[in-house]
Amino acid sequence: MSTYPLLSLAIWLPIAAGIIVLLTGSDRNAPLARMLALVGAIASFLVTIPLWAGFDVAYGGMQFVEMGSWIPRFNVNYHLGVDGISMLFVILNAFVTVIVVAAGWEVITQKVAQYNAAFLIMSGLMNGIFASLDGVLFYVFFEASLIPMYLIIGVWGGPNRVYAAFKFFLYTLFGSLLFLLALLYLFIHSGGSFSILDWHQLPLELSPQIWLFLAFLIAFAVKVPMWPVHTWLPDAHVEAPTGGSIVLAAIALKLGAYGFLRFSLPIAPDAAHELASLMIALSLIAVVYIGFVALVQADMKKLVAYSSIAHMGFVTLGFFMFSALGVEGALVQMISHGFVSGAMFFCIGVMYDRVHSRQIADYGGVVNTMPKFAALFMLFSMANAGLPATSGFVGEFMVILGAVQFNFWVAFAAATSLILGAAYSLWMYKRVVFGDVANDHVAKLSDINKREFAILGVLALCTLWMGLYPQPFTEVMHASVNELLNHVHISKIQ
Amino acid sequence: MNMQKLYLLVPLAPLFGAIIAGLFCRVIPRWLAHTVTIAGVAVAFVASLLIFQDVQAGNTFNGPVYTWMTSGDYTFEVGFLIDTLTTTMMLVVTFVSLMVHIYTIGYMQDDPGYNRFFSYISLFTFSMLMLVMANNFMQLFFGWEAVGLVSYLLIGFWYTRPTAIFANMKAFLVNRVGDFGFLLGIGLVLAHFGSLDYATVFANAPEFAATTINIWGEQQWSLMTVTCICLFIGAMGKSAQVPLHVWLPDSMEGPTPISALIHAATMVTAGIFMVARMSPLFELSTTALSFVIVIGAITALFMGFLGIIQNDIKRVVAYSTLSQLGYMTVALGASAYSVAIFHLMTHAFFKALLFLAAGSVIIGMHHDQDIRNMGGLRKYMPITWITSLIGSLALIGTPLTAGFYSKDSIIEAVKFSTIPGAGFAYYAVLAGVFVTAFYSFRMYFLVFHGKERFGQADHHEHHGDHDDEEVAHDHHHGLAPGQKPHETPWVVTLPLVLLAIPSLIIGYIGIEPMLAGDFFKGVIHVDAAAHPALAQFLDEFHGPLAMALHAVKTPPLYLALAGVALSWFFYLKRLDIPAAIQRRFSAIYTLLDNKYYFDKINDFVFAGGARLLGKGLWRGGDVAVIDGLIVNGSARLVGWFATVIRRVQTGYVYHYAFTMIIGVFVLMTLWINRA
Repeated sequence: MSTYPLLSLAIWLPIAAGIIVLLTGSDRNAPLARMLALVGAIASFLVTIPLWAGFDVAYGGMQFVEMGSWIPRFNVNYHLGVDGISMLFVILNAFVTVIVVAAGWEVITQKVAQYNAAFLIMSGLMNGIFASLDGVLFYVFFEASLIPMYLIIGVWGGPNRVYAAFKFFLYTLFGSLLFLLALLYLFIHSGGSFSILDWHQLPLELSPQIWLFLAFLIAFAVKVPMWPVHTWLPDAHVEAPTGGSIVLAAIALKLGAYGFLRFSLPIAPDAAHELASLMIALSLIAVVYIGFVALVQADMKKLVAYSSIAHMGFVTLGFFMFSALGVEGALVQMISHGFVSGAMFFCIGVMYDRVHSRQIADYGGVVNTMPKFAALFMLFSMANAGLPATSGFVGEFMVILGAVQFNFWVAFAAATSLILGAAYSLWMYKRVVFGDVANDHVAKLSDINKREFAILGVLALCTLWMGLYPQPFTEVMHASVNELLNHVHISKIQ
Repeated sequence: MNMQKLYLLVPLAPLFGAIIAGLFCRVIPRWLAHTVTIAGVAVAFVASLLIFQDVQAGNTFNGPVYTWMTSGDYTFEVGFLIDTLTTTMMLVVTFVSLMVHIYTIGYMQDDPGYNRFFSYISLFTFSMLMLVMANNFMQLFFGWEAVGLVSYLLIGFWYTRPTAIFANMKAFLVNRVGDFGFLLGIGLVLAHFGSLDYATVFANAPEFAATTINIWGEQQWSLMTVTCICLFIGAMGKSAQVPLHVWLPDSMEGPTPISALIHAATMVTAGIFMVARMSPLFELSTTALSFVIVIGAITALFMGFLGIIQNDIKRVVAYSTLSQLGYMTVALGASAYSVAIFHLMTHAFFKALLFLAAGSVIIGMHHDQDIRNMGGLRKYMPITWITSLIGSLALIGTPLTAGFYSKDSIIEAVKFSTIPGAGFAYYAVLAGVFVTAFYSFRMYFLVFHGKERFGQADHHEHHGDHDDEEVAHDHHHGLAPGQKPHETPWVVTLPLVLLAIPSLIIGYIGIEPMLAGDFFKGVIHVDAAAHPALAQFLDEFHGPLAMALHAVKTPPLYLALAGVALSWFFYLKRLDIPAAIQRRFSAIYTLLDNKYYFDKINDFVFAGGARLLGKGLWRGGDVAVIDGLIVNGSARLVGWFATVIRRVQTGYVYHYAFTMIIGVFVLMTLWINRA
């Protein structure tokens, strides 16, 4: 194992890069800002690679641990570490940042330095969330990461951006206040520790567990988002610039799901079992209800946003069946969704940059003018529909198989996404891409350029790799997921 | 060469061709695209032949290629199971695919998507091979969905046609309904057997024969029945059994070569193959087999009726495919799995032949597909004529042809079957013989014999209900007045001849080893005590020649003859009679013309219902209740509260002073009353 503070690098390198980019100032230096941002993002991505390369798959505990005192008076520590659950998300996050910087290359012309800096800083902060093992540190990163996203939507967003940004901010802030109370309760109850790992071992009666679980639930359910606290997401996506949508879908949604695994399940395992049926019911509503809602959307971004919610329904469903297949399937689904939804939003961005519309009705016959784009878009639409050999299949497959063991009818409801997912993805694809050229805008479209091709090509390779050979991804999860599940099966009530 | 490398070569050679032709479809010349894909499939075919011989010598194989994923206690692998069932399918797939590849050179020569088309059909060949070579359920599902994807891409190959892009989405979604059941079936297998490996599951299957599971309330269901029905729902989607058959007729929107390869010979038979592969499971549930036989019988008979009234040459063949798939399914339900596979094989040859011949006619007719505009084509297209005749004779089960042996075996096996539903199925398949002969020769006579109706200025209203928009499209123009049809080039006719040969002889050669012999021993499992139909049929089997002679004493031959005679009378002698019947029984005609209203019901109930539900949930749930009432409602509540509070902050000192005094009074009162 490396002795370098890899996790600190993963957090602070992008933040430092972001500050440097910010120093380039006005748009006169835009080319420099872009170049610096790209270099910073790539460097930040490269430093995360050793996390995977040097990862000990047999060990289920925390690795690459860093520990330092931060606020000794309250026993708050700068405590970092990753296990098989969080490690891949750090890498995914750093990877997506590179994509995002490249995605905004020619598109963002206003406040270029600030735009790129916001993404770099947010990337660092979100790595902080995935790596924090101290409650306060986690909370600080968790809240701080809201600010760049708020700015990205509010400054570079669409016409209704202020409403969307506020909705996003207030929704998530509302959730996190109860989370803070829960952290304070745990601090006091554990006799003055903010260590998340200590809290995992903390014996608790059922009723405080339920309260803690509910507090966590509100915080994380908003982030995921779970039905019925999901309505901020379509608005945020619609108004956010392409890069914002990519990060939002690929990484930000994963924070809530990650919170369930890091906080809810291990700290309140009995409550998790107690409330599992509620969680499963909410997840299935997300899959079925949202699947139908996605079907009738006229705005492509809204459609993909709703499909994100449905896919995240699989994630929460997988968690609360308490089986290895379910939890690992959910984690795979999270990573895959990072690639696929990121790519879907990028595809929509590609069309939006040319036509300045996200309405399905404004398109038709795009394949005639953008054949290369159409082929790649087809791949991602199919991945979104969960076609085998794409990453979108793996997680759904695992969760549905896990669900059959759990309860046949749960699996039955979840498996409807096979039909619904195909229906909304392919129906949109048909209306947008197939057919005769629908109007002058479509007739004047130019096919994707080298930059766009490179971005979509890389994402396509990731999608196929994970679909054809998911073993490297699941392999690193096994030990940690088993440890988590063993832990969750032991009651904390004494 | 190492056999395992050879196994790998079979799917990878077509994949290589597909990748080259696909990724570089805009750069490479046409000859390179078709050479590399044809070479790939040819290599696969030759390798399949070698493997076939090796398996005949007793060298079966079952092993992994790589570990796809592990999770919990489960290992998911990609691997091959090479036995006689696999090699039979491999040969059928690679041979028909090779023929279709060659044929495509002629059929698609004017199409701008030439290279893309070759890429797709090679990709299809790869997917189908992975499906049949799988040694586990997961890989089966992979191949299953992959062939569905390629079918989707190919039905929508002419992506500017509204009908084509509707048909391909419909095909994908209907198949997904089947896959939905299929995946649940796979889930049940994994949940109870703890493995998705065929060998493990089949070996342990008998232990679960009596297992029951709690599905609904207190009622206990046999695990095997539920699992098999779920798996069979998958087969119903892929093999187009009623009521999931609706996509197959529409799939004719795709170019004809793929109608032959995918929608007749190979992909649609994947469901039949799957059930035969799962015979150790299906044998444990008579209920599931009953379900299978009834669905198959309904498909065999009622889809045949629809073939009678079609005027689009491809749609006639499509409905005949549906009907024949029903025959195979009936055989499965009667536990005559080997007969189903036998019919699958013979059908692959003669139906691919009929489709390719239909395509040849379409080329000759300059892309007019309406059989009412044809007639007398035998003069102009002799090779197509003779091969079509051979295909039609095989299809209706003329003694000694391939179709005779497989179809009569099905009818005989069903006759002996005792499971519930077999009686109905027997009469359905028997009646189906007449219907098949009638519509097949209706088409044959209308196309190749009688008056020459082509090249007339007054074209019939363009064929079919969907096709009106396409008249402008250059794939549908038909012959100009005075123009004559012409025989197609050798790349088109060679595959016809090469397919006509097995259509004639493969039954005679194959029936003895495949049904009576040990060919499928240890591969297909039949519980002879519980389902003795096949064994009883084979007791009476005394070689192919005897069977052909025996046919003179059985009803199918006379039913087929009657069908041919009737269509000869109706469509060559007295063309006024069919028209009169159509007028006289207009209610039945309308029912058939609307394909029993399946499409309309699906459109209205499922597609319309889903959109309505989606709109309702969105407008009612998300927009009105959650956002309107709760989110924006609480924002408004805060706003209202703030407005009230703001009123208080007037800025006048005397207001504040007054409030303060009141406050002081209240506090003092409380303080005084404390005691």
